[in-house]
Amino acid sequence: MVGIPSRHRSLFLLGGVIVLQVLLLAVQIKRDSQGRLIRVWTVGAVSPFERAGAHGIGSIRNAWNHYFALQNTSRENEELRRENDALKLQITQLQSKAAEADRLAALLKFRQTNVDVPMVSARVIGCCVDSASQTIDLDRGERDGIRRNMGVITPDGVVGKVIEAYQDTAQVLLLTDKDSGVGAMLADSGIQKPVGGTGESLLVMKYVPNEDDVSTGQRVVTSGMDRIFPRDLPVGTIAEIKAGNTFKQIRVRPAANLERLQEVFVLLTLKPLEIKQDSRAPASQAATPGAPASAANNPAAAEKP
Amino acid sequence: MNINDTFDIRSGEMHIEVHKFRAGAIFLAAGLALVLQAFLPVYLPKAAILDLPLLITIYFGLSRRNPSTGLLLGMVIGILQDSLSGPTVPLGLYGIAKTFIGYLASSIGARLDTEHPAARFALTIIFFGAHQGLIVLTERLLLSQPEPWFTIHLGIAALINAVVAVFLFMLLDRLRKS
Repeated sequence: MVGIPSRHRSLFLLGGVIVLQVLLLAVQIKRDSQGRLIRVWTVGAVSPFERAGAHGIGSIRNAWNHYFALQNTSRENEELRRENDALKLQITQLQSKAAEADRLAALLKFRQTNVDVPMVSARVIGCCVDSASQTIDLDRGERDGIRRNMGVITPDGVVGKVIEAYQDTAQVLLLTDKDSGVGAMLADSGIQKPVGGTGESLLVMKYVPNEDDVSTGQRVVTSGMDRIFPRDLPVGTIAEIKAGNTFKQIRVRPAANLERLQEVFVLLTLKPLEIKQDSRAPASQAATPGAPASAANNPAAAEKP
Repeated sequence: MNINDTFDIRSGEMHIEVHKFRAGAIFLAAGLALVLQAFLPVYLPKAAILDLPLLITIYFGLSRRNPSTGLLLGMVIGILQDSLSGPTVPLGLYGIAKTFIGYLASSIGARLDTEHPAARFALTIIFFGAHQGLIVLTERLLLSQPEPWFTIHLGIAALINAVVAVFLFMLLDRLRKS
């Protein structure tokens, strides 16, 4: 044997002969689950290389696809971006429709609760909210029975009153306008004081003496004394209280979301009305000890102006 | 020390003579051992305890003192024994064991005096044990057959084979060329 020292030849020969006989054995031996031993060994010997090869080819293919073969990627990115924008727009539209459906459901429920109250629903088609005046425009007018000084509400609470009625549209002065006002009272104590706008997002409750017990969070409802709004419509909740010289400075957060009005109800009468409140009204209101019976809770106790 | 051995005074090493055998003696002895191994137990079941092919492998390995020819002889005898052992013994089981024994016997024979009966007796016991160990190792590793490493029966078989080997080897010494 060339290249092998003579003293090691027999050792190499021994190794070769043994390997041959082991292979001979492996060809004959059959394992129940895995077949012939030679096959098991062959697969075991080859599979690491196969795995390594597959991994290597996969890596090369991956690198090629992600780093070199990018001629269509820019176009695809652009298409995907456009598609993404379209889908975002679609989602926004769907969310808007879902919100609108919720609003309309609330309106319908309110309308069904007060089916005997003459009112018409109107959509807000414009607004001119500025520091000088806060008004909105409705898509209903005199043709629909709307007249000046009619009250405008939502299921959440008072919105304002009609200041101009045209043939097909009407203009509404929001409660937050500094010239606006509503006869109100504290739901808990029954203290009746006017609430007016300041031109800002919060209203003010006027003429409440410093001695009167008023706390933040108290509900303010209509008193019916202005002969525009019926009793017990939500006006808002007390947000801030400061002591003044004679009267408290009370700021009220409007119950209706006056900054995002979309649909409203116009009360089609100038006569006093009785509004049935939704069952969503807080239970604490009805359960408050010492509170005067309201028209909603006890219609018989409602004061007829 | 055998009369045929020489001693080198300068290196202090013993040079052991390589024995030559008459033409065909090895093949004849191996063939006869295989035939007897297959034939004898039929009529004399207790003879199955003997491993005549192993004894032949040991003897010619020790005498020829060439590891290459020793392992090749062991391989051939072992594979032939596998062939004669029936379908339950796969080809290579005895072949691997006797290849190793042939190699070991030749290697040891080239370094030790193996002509004395006591040495032959002891070496046969050792080789018999090694042979059996290789078979069990192969069975455990490749055939998944957990055979025991040692039993009393194997110990007795080793002794009997060693005794037989002493006389058999003397008989086989007559086949040497003078």
